[in-house]
Amino acid sequence: MTLLSKPRKPHKAPKASAKAPTKASTKASVLAVTPQRRGTAALLTLGLIAALALLCLLSAGFGAYPIPLGDVLSSVQHRVGLGGYSLDRVAESVLWNVRLPRVTLALLVGASLGCAGALMQGVFGNPLAEPGVIGISAGAAVGAVAAIAFGLNFLGNWTVTCCAFVAGLATVLLVYSLSRSGGRTEVVTLILTGIAVNAFAGALIGLFIFFADNAQLTQITFWQLGSLSQATWPKVLAVLPCALAGLAVAPLHARKLDLLALGERPARHLGVDVERLRITLVLVVALLTAAAVAVAGIIAFVGLLVPHLLRMAAGPGHRFLVPGSALGGAVVLVGADLAARTVAQPAELPLGVLTALFGSPFFFWLLRRTRRRQGGWA
Amino acid sequence: MIRSWFAVRARELPEAVAPGETVAEADGLRVRLGAREVLAGVSLAARAGEVLALVGPNGAGKSTLLAAIAADLPASDGAVRICGRPADAWTAAELALRRAMLPQSATLSFPFAVEEVVRMGRAPWAGTPREDEDDPVVAEAMARAEVTEFAARPFSALSGGERARVALARVLAQRAPLLLLDEPTAALDLRHQELVLGVCRERAAAGDAVVVVLHDLGLAAAYADRVAVLHEGRIAADGVPADVLDGELLSRVYRQPVEVLPHPRTGAPLVVPVRDGKVRPCIRQGETEGEP
Repeated sequence: MTLLSKPRKPHKAPKASAKAPTKASTKASVLAVTPQRRGTAALLTLGLIAALALLCLLSAGFGAYPIPLGDVLSSVQHRVGLGGYSLDRVAESVLWNVRLPRVTLALLVGASLGCAGALMQGVFGNPLAEPGVIGISAGAAVGAVAAIAFGLNFLGNWTVTCCAFVAGLATVLLVYSLSRSGGRTEVVTLILTGIAVNAFAGALIGLFIFFADNAQLTQITFWQLGSLSQATWPKVLAVLPCALAGLAVAPLHARKLDLLALGERPARHLGVDVERLRITLVLVVALLTAAAVAVAGIIAFVGLLVPHLLRMAAGPGHRFLVPGSALGGAVVLVGADLAARTVAQPAELPLGVLTALFGSPFFFWLLRRTRRRQGGWA
Repeated sequence: MIRSWFAVRARELPEAVAPGETVAEADGLRVRLGAREVLAGVSLAARAGEVLALVGPNGAGKSTLLAAIAADLPASDGAVRICGRPADAWTAAELALRRAMLPQSATLSFPFAVEEVVRMGRAPWAGTPREDEDDPVVAEAMARAEVTEFAARPFSALSGGERARVALARVLAQRAPLLLLDEPTAALDLRHQELVLGVCRERAAAGDAVVVVLHDLGLAAAYADRVAVLHEGRIAADGVPADVLDGELLSRVYRQPVEVLPHPRTGAPLVVPVRDGKVRPCIRQGETEGEP
């Protein structure tokens, strides 16, 4: 996964900005925006990586059975074969069979959701598009719930992921075709389509729950609340291919997404094969959303919140935004999962409930802000 | 399979075109939009080093013709050739190296800064040797369109006229040998209208083929090497402005009596609607007729 956009040849340093604004210096400082944005992006990337590393470490250490951070590091070193030492049996087992799969899963799910949100907004050219809001998570959930309710097991571990992917993909395509007219997506149509899709998916999930037996019922309900408490290495393996494939492909299309912001035709005039780009990215979004939903249930608003905050901080360029949102999503989810586990110890809050609790007011604020800025919705 | 989807195909870079050579041409072009045949057999050539103005009444098919030449719309009959090849024989990336198009209205989904928008015009050259020119070309395009002073402002914070100039700068930064402009002067004040047409002449002098849709016949007369008058999906006239801008023809095409007068000082044709009896009578105080 390329987290940083590839380093480019050095640009004119904005040295002229210190001098008096003569004709020549205004010309040099003209191109100051790009290096400045790149600087912000680089700083943010480093900050996010540092935060992510710290949170992962904390998350591995904190919990009902505390493990000192030094021990966590040593054990990891030991396993990788770089010295360190092994912990006692209980600590070793808690760390490697409970905590680390959970942290890894939180990381993967968060990165998938953040990245999917950024891609979705870019593809629809609309800052309110998010897999949860427009019903794709719910669609993927239908697939996953169906797999649980019918006890499907045709692909072993991958069954739920696979069903979630197929259902998610079908939903993306449905929303995409329903909400576009004349080459653009109107906000109202998009949100209304989302409402309809969410309602329909809710009804289908209800039906499956109706037919499920008690054991399945418990499983479905907990899964729906959104939680990482069932994390195991096999689960990590089940989502890893989907998430990695999506995360690896997404940044390759970042520059084209920038051009797509100009509109469909101007993007084509600049050499973007718009239809192919759209289809590819819709597939990637379905892949990422399915990966996240299959293991963690519906975790709303991460895909909305993270790209927005990053866009405010570092501008809307997708070359930072797409990988940055993956990083940011991972930070948010690892942090949220840590909070979900530790805030109400020994009880554990459902992760989806926690993110929605904080995400919804943010969504509301976003609506108000955008409305104030552009004076209404198109 | 996935690899082949994302592989960067080898692109053919455009070759230099000699002045007077045809860069793009429509040949018996017919285009349907829904049930309506908007272009009913248009043949037209855009030549290097020449500014070609497309004029005509609303709904005559000017923008459709421009979009068809830009390879945005498929021809239902006839053909569009760009740099000697049928338009659909080029890939999107190759076409982007050959033709730049300024749309009628400039929109942007996200608040990119003006400089970033202009830099988007360089996207087709990424990965080619001419990528190295990016910085000077972007700076020059911004200076030429007079948008340098708001380089750092977000596009969404600009006025309509400023946005139009930013879009122009982006198109100039693309440096394509075929420049298509759809009503570039619509949102602009007098000074910037002249600026845009001045830019067209510069590009033509530098060897590009420029096709520009205009409503202002005076601008067309002053700046175009050739004017094509479109009427109901057909070319009603095509030639140098002095021949084409004829009162009788324009009156018929625009369904509005028009007279063409020579400019008192330069002799260039001036196109004025005949307004006898329809407007407020022109009475000046004291009827002073002296020259300033």
